[in-house]
Amino acid sequence: MASLKYNNCYIKDSFSIVGPMEKMGQIKSYDMAINDYYFGEKTFEKAEVKIQRTAIDNILIKNNLTHSNIDVVVGGDLFNQIGITSNALENYNISFLGTYSACATFVENLIISANLLSNKTIKKVLTITSAHNLTAEKQFRYPVEYGSPKHKSNTFTATGCVACLLTNEINKVKIESATIGQVINMGIKDVNNMGAVMAPAAASSIVKHLQETKRDVNYYDIILTGDLGSVGSEILKEYMNINYKIKLKNHMDAGMQIYTENQDVNAGSSGPASLPLVLFNKILKNKKYKKILIVGTGSLHTPTLVNQKNTIGAIAHIVSLEVL
Amino acid sequence: MNKEEYKKLVKKLTPKEDKLKNVVVAFLIGGLVGFLAELLTEILINCYSFERDVASIWVCITVIFFGSISTALNFFDNLVAKAKMGLILPTTGFAHSITSSALDYKKDGVISLGSNFFRLAGSVILYGMVSAFFLALLKVIIYG
Repeated sequence: MASLKYNNCYIKDSFSIVGPMEKMGQIKSYDMAINDYYFGEKTFEKAEVKIQRTAIDNILIKNNLTHSNIDVVVGGDLFNQIGITSNALENYNISFLGTYSACATFVENLIISANLLSNKTIKKVLTITSAHNLTAEKQFRYPVEYGSPKHKSNTFTATGCVACLLTNEINKVKIESATIGQVINMGIKDVNNMGAVMAPAAASSIVKHLQETKRDVNYYDIILTGDLGSVGSEILKEYMNINYKIKLKNHMDAGMQIYTENQDVNAGSSGPASLPLVLFNKILKNKKYKKILIVGTGSLHTPTLVNQKNTIGAIAHIVSLEVL
Repeated sequence: MNKEEYKKLVKKLTPKEDKLKNVVVAFLIGGLVGFLAELLTEILINCYSFERDVASIWVCITVIFFGSISTALNFFDNLVAKAKMGLILPTTGFAHSITSSALDYKKDGVISLGSNFFRLAGSVILYGMVSAFFLALLKVIIYG
């Protein structure tokens, strides 16, 4: 059993910051947008650190809280040794747990936070999840200014940061249950097709969640996957149908909601920020959705291991949210 | 579904790249770069009475300069992504790879900048030299 139920975990508030490309995209209701990738700093990495700090400071101000009111921060990013988040939290007097599940980091943060809140001594947890297109490009692909030709199945790392405040006091959005995913490797080593790497992990976790909670797929108003993109979404639907005989009708992929078609991002957006940006700025603002299943999909891609001819594994973590 | 069946499914659902279009674009743009370089060489030889060898060196330097400066000015990457091999294969691609790596590491200190300078171009230099060695060897064996 890897599914957990929660009775006292609620999402109180969130604060989203996006980059210049995301600001021009489909969603217009982000809390804040930055106009240049440096954000007044000397390097992209320092800019991402500043973005995280800005998000934390703003969510604390918005809720009239100080550092001492937050018991734990759980957070992560895409950078080596999750250096960005560790660096951002240096000046805060708050206990910190660092996480990494690539683009599933946000959901992992929620699961860990919900478990911490289940322990009654912890009352408020802050999660922080960020990605910066240019630090990620440098890390996983080519130099920032290198114009490597893009494939149609390529996704584009969304620049953004979401701070999310969780509490054990009753609030509008409840974390109802969660399922911890497994690493699934279906033998794909094409780094230009991350959707294909992650789709089987998403399918496996969704099926596991439905079995362990004894629910039908239509129980949820929406199943929101993280960053499969247009190619990965098609593969997920087909794979679910063939392998598990489940028809996904209520599915939406966050990766396809951020940019417009004219923005030349091929299969859509990716990165740990995609899912929370769409969840907080589109899905939870729409009153239609009451039972929401979020599926964070992470491609556990390491350039060195791919160079050594290893195929790429993926993981998907699941959280079920209820809007009260 | 096993891994082989999954690979087939992925292949079926992944959009195909427009190979023919890419080849035509690369041929035309790469050809245009070559044409402009040749034009410049002829101008240098005929109007400024350069020797052919010296003129080619100056043209090579000019092409590298434009590749580098337009990379630093933040628009060459978009051109390369569109023209693909049309701009990667000529010396412009070599200049572009070095300048873009250098820009990435310029804030990381002199040593890191130095070691990452040839991050993309290193393999071009190494295998270029190795193949030049074997071709020269072949030439000596055949022609003496």
